[in-house]
Amino acid sequence: MCRKIGHIVFVFLMLASCSKDDSTQQYVPTPMALEVPPLFEEKILAPIIPFDNPQTVEGVALGKKLFFDPILSADNTQSCASCHAPENAFTDSDRFSVGIDGLEGNRNSMPIFNMAFNYDEKFFWDGRVFSLERQAKQPVENPIEMHNTWSNAVTQLRNHEEYPELFERAFGSTMINANLVTKAIAQFERTLISGNAKFDRYLLGTATLTPEELNGFNIFMDEARGDCFHCHGSINNPLWTDNLFHNNGLDATFIDLGLGEVTGDPADNGKFKTPSLRNLAYTAPYMHDGRFNTLDEVINHYSEGLQNSSTVDPLMKKVDEGGVHLTNQDKADLKAFLLSLSDEEFINNPAFQN
Amino acid sequence: MKKLAVILFLSVSVFSSCTEDTDEALPTTQVTLKFAHNWNGAEVTNANFNTIQYFNENNDELSLEKLRYLISEVTLHKANGEKIILNGYNLVDVTNNQNMSYTPSPTVPVGTYTNVSFTFGFNNDDNIDGAYADLNSASWGVPAMLGGGYHYMQMEGKFINNVAAEEGYAYHAIRAVDNTDPNNLVFQDTFFTVNLGTVIIRENAEVEVKMNIAEWYKNPYTWNLNTWGSMLMQNFDAQVEMYNNGQNVFSLGSVNP
Repeated sequence: MCRKIGHIVFVFLMLASCSKDDSTQQYVPTPMALEVPPLFEEKILAPIIPFDNPQTVEGVALGKKLFFDPILSADNTQSCASCHAPENAFTDSDRFSVGIDGLEGNRNSMPIFNMAFNYDEKFFWDGRVFSLERQAKQPVENPIEMHNTWSNAVTQLRNHEEYPELFERAFGSTMINANLVTKAIAQFERTLISGNAKFDRYLLGTATLTPEELNGFNIFMDEARGDCFHCHGSINNPLWTDNLFHNNGLDATFIDLGLGEVTGDPADNGKFKTPSLRNLAYTAPYMHDGRFNTLDEVINHYSEGLQNSSTVDPLMKKVDEGGVHLTNQDKADLKAFLLSLSDEEFINNPAFQN
Repeated sequence: MKKLAVILFLSVSVFSSCTEDTDEALPTTQVTLKFAHNWNGAEVTNANFNTIQYFNENNDELSLEKLRYLISEVTLHKANGEKIILNGYNLVDVTNNQNMSYTPSPTVPVGTYTNVSFTFGFNNDDNIDGAYADLNSASWGVPAMLGGGYHYMQMEGKFINNVAAEEGYAYHAIRAVDNTDPNNLVFQDTFFTVNLGTVIIRENAEVEVKMNIAEWYKNPYTWNLNTWGSMLMQNFDAQVEMYNNGQNVFSLGSVNP
C-alpha cells in the first residue's frame, strides 16, 4: 500500500514539475542556511523553519531593516528594537516597556534568541500565539505598544521609496501585506542564534571554568539543591530552557493568570514560559513581570522565597519553608555558573545590529 | 513528450505494484502499541490531571500533574524461540496526550506470537548519555553526576501530607545509583522487561498496553509520599523500590483487529 501511495505521489510531483518547467522563469531569492552552533547540531533537534517561509538572504535583510525601522508604529517613533535591543540580548532593560502613547505594559519584554528552536512554537510569556510569524503581528496593533493598524503600516511601506523593491527581492513581488512583513521579520529573528558562551566553549574544550563556575554547575544539576535542570536544560539541552510553562512559586495569589488566561484552565493559572538562562548578564530585570532586578534576587527567590499556591510546580521543593535554603557560597557559585552562559559575541554580532 | 512517457511508465508501475502486493504469500504488517492508563481500573487521561483525587496504598491522597515515560525495544517472540526485535523507543507523554500510540517502522509477519514484550526505560546499551536529539530536546536527560543517560519515567503531582497540607511530589525513575562517592558511582539496573503474553498479530494490529498507575505505589512496597516524595533520583533505595513496584504496572489490553 505504501508503495502505491509512493508511486502516486511521485506521478503527482512529476506532473507538478511539468507545469513548473513550462511556466516562465520565476525569481527565486537566495537560500540562506541558519548558522547552527556545533553543540546544537550535536545535541538537539534541527531548527523549525516553516515550509512557506524559507530563510533567504533577501528575506533576512528585509526583516532586519523592518525590525529596526520605526515605520511600523503609528507615529513612526518605535521599532521592534525599541523594546528588543541587541545589547540586551533583544529584550528591554526597563521592567515594563513603554509604548508610543507613553503607556506601560504589565510584562517584561522577552529576549529574542534561539527562536527557531522553540519546537512547540508557542510564543509570549503566556504562549498565546503559535508561530513566530503570528507573534510578530501583535505588537504593531497592540494599543499599548506600536498602536498602529496593519492597514496603515502596509500603506506606509508601499509608499516608501525603498521597501517595494526590497519586498520584490525577498518575495518576488512588489506586493506588500502584513503576512509578508511578519514573514520577513520572522526570518531575521530566526537568525538570532546564541550558542557561543563561555560554558559552550568549555564543553567544546576551548575554555576553562573557574572552580566557582564548576561548583555552580553542580548545584544547578543537583536535584537536592538547585534542581534547575528539569526546566532549564543541561549540557544535552543547550537551549537552557524547556520552552514549557510553569508556576515557579512567585505568588500565592495571581494578578496575572499567564497561561491560564489563554487556556481558560484554572490548573494553568500563574504559569509562564520558562525563559532561557542564556545571556542573563544582559537581560535584567528578570521574571515575566521583571520583578527582580538582579540575579541575586532570583536565586534568593528559589532558595527561600517560594510562595505556595494550588498550581505551584511540584519541582519547587520545600515550598512550606520557602525553598531549599542554599548556602551563601552555593548561591554565589550558582550565579557564577549562570553568568558563564552569557554570549558576548551574540550581543555584538554585526549581523544583528542596526 | 519524454515527460509524458515517464508519467506513463510510472503509472504502469503503480498498477504493477498493486499486483505485486496481492501476490505476496507471507503478509507482513506494522504493529501499533496504544497506551492506556488507569488508577485501579478507573480510566486516567490528562483530563483527570491536576485534581487531588486518587488514594494510593498508603492512603496518601494525590493528584497527577505530569506523567511521561519511556519504552523501548518492542520484541515479538515466536513459539520456536525466535525473536523479532523492533529497535527504537517511544516517550509516552500523558500530560500532553502525545505519543500515546507507537508504531515501530519495521513490519512483522502476521501470526501468533507467544509473547510481546518491551523494555521499560532503556537497557544499558541504549542508555547513552546525550545520544538522542529528540529526548535531549524534551529535557529527558539524567545529570552526569548520577551517571547520565535518560529518565525512565517522570510522574509528578501534589499530595496531602502528614500535616494536611498540599505538597509536591516528583516520582522520577532512573537507573539506580549510589553517588556517595562521586568518583565511584555504584549502579543497579532498574530498567525492566514488560511481558504482555500471547498476542495474535493480524494486519494493522493495534495492541493496547495498560498501565495501572496505582501499582507504582503498591506492590510489593507500600509507598509513603511523606517519606519519599521528592529528590528521589539520587535515592538508590527509592529507585530499587520503583523497579520492584513497576513489575506489575503494565498489562495487555485489547488487541485489534
